[in-house]
Amino acid sequence: MSILVNSETRVVVQGITGREGTFHTRQCVDYGTNVVAGVTPGKGGQDMDGIPVFDTVDQAVQKEGANASLIFVPPPFAGDAILEAAHAGVDVIVCITEGLPTIDMVKVKDTLAGMGTKLVGPNCPGVITPGECKMGIMPGFIHKEGSVGVISRSGTLTYEAVGQLTEMGIGQSTCIGIGGDPVIGSSFLDLLKLFGEDDDTEAVVLIGEIGGSAEEEAAEYIKEHYQKPVVSFIAGQTAPPGKRMGHAGAIIAGGKGTAAEKVAALEEAGVTVTSSPAEIGSSVAGVLGR
Amino acid sequence: MKVHEYQAKELLKQYGIPVPEGGVVAESIGTKVVVKAQIHAGGRGKAGGVKLVDTPEQAAKVADGLLGKSLVTYQTGPEGSVVNQVLVEGALAIASELYLGMVIDRATERVAVMACTEGGVEIETVAAETPEKILKEFADPNMGLMPYQARKLAFGLGLKGKTASAAASFILKLYRLFVDKDCSIAEINPLITTEDGAVIALDAKLNFDDNALYRQEAVTELRDLGEEEPLEIEASKHGLSYIKLDGNVGCMVNGAGLAMATMDIIKLAGGEPANFLDVGGGAKEESVTNAFKIILADKNVKAVLVNIFGGIVRCDIVAQGVINAARTLDLKTPVIVRLEGTNADEGMRLIDESGLKFETAKGLKAAAEKSVAAATAAGGE
Repeated sequence: MSILVNSETRVVVQGITGREGTFHTRQCVDYGTNVVAGVTPGKGGQDMDGIPVFDTVDQAVQKEGANASLIFVPPPFAGDAILEAAHAGVDVIVCITEGLPTIDMVKVKDTLAGMGTKLVGPNCPGVITPGECKMGIMPGFIHKEGSVGVISRSGTLTYEAVGQLTEMGIGQSTCIGIGGDPVIGSSFLDLLKLFGEDDDTEAVVLIGEIGGSAEEEAAEYIKEHYQKPVVSFIAGQTAPPGKRMGHAGAIIAGGKGTAAEKVAALEEAGVTVTSSPAEIGSSVAGVLGR
Repeated sequence: MKVHEYQAKELLKQYGIPVPEGGVVAESIGTKVVVKAQIHAGGRGKAGGVKLVDTPEQAAKVADGLLGKSLVTYQTGPEGSVVNQVLVEGALAIASELYLGMVIDRATERVAVMACTEGGVEIETVAAETPEKILKEFADPNMGLMPYQARKLAFGLGLKGKTASAAASFILKLYRLFVDKDCSIAEINPLITTEDGAVIALDAKLNFDDNALYRQEAVTELRDLGEEEPLEIEASKHGLSYIKLDGNVGCMVNGAGLAMATMDIIKLAGGEPANFLDVGGGAKEESVTNAFKIILADKNVKAVLVNIFGGIVRCDIVAQGVINAARTLDLKTPVIVRLEGTNADEGMRLIDESGLKFETAKGLKAAAEKSVAAATAAGGE
């Protein structure tokens, strides 16, 4: 088992005929993802490598039974694309697009509340259940089927963690990059809960970074409710306050959101926190007794 | 993106929000005037960047004293920030000093409107010591801030009658501006009241969401490049995200999270990172060369660590970029290369066969240790 996506997932790609959309759709298909449709308004009736292209997500859901959407449309239109997919009734939306205005996401999040659709991103590498479904831009080959769940705010740092796990022979159930923006779809907390209910996930790796309080909220939940072992690394221990470290969300503002605060909260919740990004894999091996 | 106080006040005026009478000519204002240095950093008052004077002649003298000089505040760092403009405003008789701020609150995912009776001081201090003094209202994303919420804040601040209505109207107009202009922060500190019931923005700070600048042409024109680190501007021209730090180990990394983690492991290995640099998702040979130029423009850099985990970015392309940069820039600084992920083996082969003096490393820890050792050896010469 796994969370969010698996071999049954039927993916529609919004923005499939764009440069990024076409490139990554091919990579996903090569990995074995079941891409059943694409959407580009005005290009309905065409196809991309034999994948039918529709004008609307509704058509993709009606005609091809799509139940998950992968979004590559440019930032001015990405909020609209997320809501289109949600209203078409897909279960999972993964928005890769980087650069959505924050106020747009505030409105989108509010509209999604109560709709039952799970959004991952924006500005994220996506979701992968190794061996079954890759809905994102991560390099598929570094992953390995297994029982460790990975949740991260970053892209390449997720690959680093996954690379270390695979190198040590530790496979992953599902890996999710949740994105580095201030307002995002699924949070650490949402996904920890899903991994908690997933019988095939033995342990969870949580990779955080400076800024915001998502790690502290996760720590609170872990402390009260979590049974499975959690290993964590927080990036930005050496970042100076007031400087935005690439991600719009990664900034220490008003003295809040420091790595030290996050590490303390997680350790108090019983999480194994490593201060070295080179020891994420070995820390997981430690808690699993391997 | 940040703007100057005088620019923020121009925007406030467009929304009908009262600001002090001001401009550049002191004579037209009449009585006492305030001369305010225009730099992006806060803490100007304490640093001597805000002065009250009695006559236009004095104003001219004070302005002369500020212009072209570097002003050091607790937010500028020791080198300070050069004053290129001053704002001259009529001094007002203040009845009370309040605080008004708006941000997008990450926890509630809404625009938070904060008000406090303790104006004119560091709001962080108030938040830390007496958080109960900060009143908060959260705007419904689709309805916007409602008039009753603005009234709650105004009356909550202890304002009465005409002043309370003026404050509520002020708050609603500022919220409109915040949303229309894609602000990330709007802060009026102090927001003052006068004896005759007016509510005026004595100071104004507006920051804008970089992601939304594509649809905010008028705001984008207010950008003052003179306030930004030259290397950071140069980097942004090439699609690179760069932040200068104080150490001597230069870093070139793909991805913001991995770039921060690389800084962290350099510190764990006993060194100090010289910068944060994210070459981005679509790193090409040219962007790698530009990244090297920017890293090496910092004279403190004694070694460079290239740490790439290829996903979309192909390691062989990065390797070729590193080799080209080393040749065209006639590189003397030691370079440590660690490549992982897509086409890593091919990339490492190119590095090894280049005939140039690169050091390679397997794994993050070894890469950091080698870089720190190289920087220490070079720094000791």
